[in-house]
Amino acid sequence: MDENLLLDAIERYKNGEMTAQEKTFFEEMRKNNPDVDQVAVEHTFFLNELERLGKRKSYQNTLSEVESNLVNEGIISKKQSKGTAKIAYLWNRYKKTVAVAACIAALVSISTATILSTYSDKKQSIGLTPLVADKLNKLENKVDQIEYKLDNAAVGITPKPKFAANFRATGFLIDGRGFIATNAHVINNARNLIVENKRGDQFIAIPVYVNKSTDLAILKVTDTSFKKIIMPYSIPRASAELGEQIFTLGYPKEEVVYGEGYLSAKSGYFGDTTSYQISISVNPGNSGGPVINRNGEVIGIISGKETNADGVVFAIKSKSIYKALEEIKTSESIKLPTVATIKGLERVQQIKKIEDCVFMVKGN
Amino acid sequence: MNILEHEHVLLQGLAANDKKAVETIYRENYLTIQSFIVKNNGYPDDAKDIFQEAMIVLYEKASSGTFELTCQIKTYLYSVCRRLWLKRLQQMQRFNPSVESIDEVIPVEEELDVHEKRNADLIVMENAMNKIGEPCKSILEAYYLQKKSMPEIAQFFGYTNADNAKTQKYKCLVRLKKIFFAQYKNGE
Repeated sequence: MDENLLLDAIERYKNGEMTAQEKTFFEEMRKNNPDVDQVAVEHTFFLNELERLGKRKSYQNTLSEVESNLVNEGIISKKQSKGTAKIAYLWNRYKKTVAVAACIAALVSISTATILSTYSDKKQSIGLTPLVADKLNKLENKVDQIEYKLDNAAVGITPKPKFAANFRATGFLIDGRGFIATNAHVINNARNLIVENKRGDQFIAIPVYVNKSTDLAILKVTDTSFKKIIMPYSIPRASAELGEQIFTLGYPKEEVVYGEGYLSAKSGYFGDTTSYQISISVNPGNSGGPVINRNGEVIGIISGKETNADGVVFAIKSKSIYKALEEIKTSESIKLPTVATIKGLERVQQIKKIEDCVFMVKGN
Repeated sequence: MNILEHEHVLLQGLAANDKKAVETIYRENYLTIQSFIVKNNGYPDDAKDIFQEAMIVLYEKASSGTFELTCQIKTYLYSVCRRLWLKRLQQMQRFNPSVESIDEVIPVEEELDVHEKRNADLIVMENAMNKIGEPCKSILEAYYLQKKSMPEIAQFFGYTNADNAKTQKYKCLVRLKKIFFAQYKNGE
């Protein structure tokens, strides 16, 4: 049988177009011939699928038609909202999210600002450790008290203006008549100040110059018992050179301590050009100590060290002392030593002479 | 007319591709679905797609002849849309675990699986139709879908007589079947 005719027959059978006689004959043939039956099943399935596609398509057309009618009526919102409509829609949809985001952003910026300002205010205290021994140990306090009692008990000796000091640092003479340079942070908020030489003689001093930005302070010894000292070192205006060997004397403990190092950079903390970076071993109490080169020139004043790094110490340039003197020349006439008498001496000899000019600065 | 009868009539209309029935169902249900989808991370355009798909599911059910609605059309559509939208969200990686469903929901997962399979079959047929090219496509559509008679087709497509048109239709049909079954069996 021609396949063309067979398919035609299947279609007619499916659509119910056959006469009763034809139908019986067709059914008989399917029963006796499995191949024909196979073709019939397959073709019926195929026709059903084809029909389904047709119905589905016309139904989808109906759906689209209804939808667009309803869109025109305004029951369904228009397709693809654009421009302002879209923005309004997005705004409505995300306004809560936006509000939350804005709150978070505000919080973050406020806290960042707070942190930044706190940090920059306390730059010195965070990255820099001022080298003031502000917790004097109990033993030292005891010794102080005993000395005080002894002094009071001793007849014929004028009682000294003693008090329990709560910090200790270093200072050095810049004028033999009793002017001492130290750090501004050392005498910060101190009510009383005394300076003490290596023999333990104490003298009352008052600040005559304090500059917190350069961290330089100048004290004046007011005690009449203070005798003029001839200065062994000089204080140069010029900058020191990189790599210069330097040393310092200071009071990280109750007796004078020597330290040695070199000049490692011409600028200080965060590129501060008013100070040097030096490599030297220092401890709390060294603040305000002189930084002296081998020619006996005081090139700087130790001011602090970097907290997170070892051996990174900063020293105020000696030039700052000259600037300070300019500022106070109307009230105090200070003459800085310009000739170093210790130049060319052995280090031990140099130190012996300098010792007398380096003082412990104490106060409360 | 009570609700059940009303809905029964609607479904019969739907099965017969009656525009009025479709429109009624749209009017009664579309806005609920749209607000559900917009509340759950979607756009109104998403709602249109999802609702159309759900309408097709409902149509397939209604026209299968064996369908008995066990709940209101409203509930059925809502359940289908909810399921479809969850699936869409997962595909788009926008899954929102807190999809709200205060309304009554019936399980439709299995039905949607069947629906997907049937959709895939239809796509195979549609692709095959698009592959055979003209005039085959138009002739077959005219004969099988629009149910036009052979003489009409012969006249429309410019064949000298119905027999010539029939021979042509037969050739087209064989080609379509070949393409369809090749793809259909590959897909199995």
